[in-house]
Amino acid sequence: MMRWLVALRAIVLREAMRFINQRSRFVAALVRPLVWLVVFAAGFRAALGLSIIPPYQTYITYEVYIVPGLCGMIQLFNGMQSSLSLVYDREMGSMRLLLTSPLPRWWLLFSKLLAGVAVSILQVYVFLAIAAAFGISMPWSGYLYVFPALVISGLMLGALGLLISSTIRQLENFAGVMNFVIFPMFFMSTALYPLWRMAESSVLLRDICAVNPFTHAVELIRFALYGSVNGMALLWVVLAFLVFMIGSLIGYDPSRGMARKGRGPGS
Amino acid sequence: MSMLAVRDVSYSYGAKRALDHVSFDLPAGRFCALLGPNGAGKSTLFSLMTRLLVTRQGTISVAGHDLARNPRAALARIGVVFQQQTLDLDMTVLQNLRYFAALQGLSGAAAQRSIDGALERLDMRERAGEKARALNGGHRRRMEIARALIHDPKVLMLDEPTVGLDTGSRKAITAHVHDLAETGLLVFWATHLVDEIRDHDDVVVLHQGRVLRHDTAAAIAGDQALIDAFIQMTARGEPA
Repeated sequence: MMRWLVALRAIVLREAMRFINQRSRFVAALVRPLVWLVVFAAGFRAALGLSIIPPYQTYITYEVYIVPGLCGMIQLFNGMQSSLSLVYDREMGSMRLLLTSPLPRWWLLFSKLLAGVAVSILQVYVFLAIAAAFGISMPWSGYLYVFPALVISGLMLGALGLLISSTIRQLENFAGVMNFVIFPMFFMSTALYPLWRMAESSVLLRDICAVNPFTHAVELIRFALYGSVNGMALLWVVLAFLVFMIGSLIGYDPSRGMARKGRGPGS
Repeated sequence: MSMLAVRDVSYSYGAKRALDHVSFDLPAGRFCALLGPNGAGKSTLFSLMTRLLVTRQGTISVAGHDLARNPRAALARIGVVFQQQTLDLDMTVLQNLRYFAALQGLSGAAAQRSIDGALERLDMRERAGEKARALNGGHRRRMEIARALIHDPKVLMLDEPTVGLDTGSRKAITAHVHDLAETGLLVFWATHLVDEIRDHDDVVVLHQGRVLRHDTAAAIAGDQALIDAFIQMTARGEPA
């Protein structure tokens, strides 16, 4: 067991160090949600009226509404980014180093996943701190309760990234995936507008949003920020995590996935 | 006891047969070259031996541990140097070695001892704090070899490790690894370059997925140069 933890620690530290070294990535990861918060939300505030819906107990401004969605966005981008780095690692060979370690493969992949989650949570907290500096703050206990929610949602989104990385052979395919995964997931969720608003324009769209696991990740975060648990969202996120994780383990199984696709290794 | 046993291994990518009933046995303390032209199936065999690929046809065992049935015990006894470089260039030499030791489950004093040993062998103690990016190609390769030995494996596998290096570095690395074989390690070295092989080395000649010949380099060469024997063999597609 000790050996497993040693490997986990090293993998998480390496990911964190890589993230801190790449300052531009850190800044980009923060600027993206802040632009949404400061520019988009300010413009939208007048256009979009919100009624009182749980977990809110009073009227809220639009900026307050989209904060959990933007936390989710950070994790979504992060999950995809770590899967991008996995594809990159595989092309560069360092993934091989990981996969030839004498520890169980599922544990190595799970460690890699946790490393990405740790980095994403770091970003979310910095974002929440900046939002608070702009006057958009949550009840103090919310900052505590949101931690486990972020772990679960981060694992789910990271596992999705892992699954995608196991099916992609080359980096070039990745840009397409960004467009086909990140944007639909983000826009067809409750990150920017509540479900009842969506239903006013299209019931079908509402239904899509309601099954989108990202919606449930956002709701899980939203409720946690106000100190309550959304059981339904929790269940959905955990289920989605299991499905994505099992899928990626199959994808990285040497007898099934990966190198078997296409022409295999060099010669 | 045979340290590395490959028995009747076959592998296909779809309809294309990459390896066809490959078998050989290698004892400890030998330098064995896997010699074959590009496309012979060397990398496929290499991936199977490091469990990046798995096949149902045939078995591979390392120091008595079957790679399919007991992969973790087998992998723990293998040190691997891949053709692509696998150093994290933004980490220091020391950090790279520590990361690898941790992936092997080594920590604390045991890890430190192994890492010190590796730095010593590399003669790079004073450069331990430098980024891997600062090292030249030859040093990076040497470092990968030293890293592959951190967990004290029984078999060292290298996949065309001298690709892209200048002549001097190539010679130095080939000599270094030959020395390692003399310490009791089994070295398995995939290459298409005949000049990296010495007379008393074992050679497995792989061509179009089949083993054409397994013998010492001197025996395969006979009264001609190894390169000529190799060219003749692969041109005819059968043993000389």
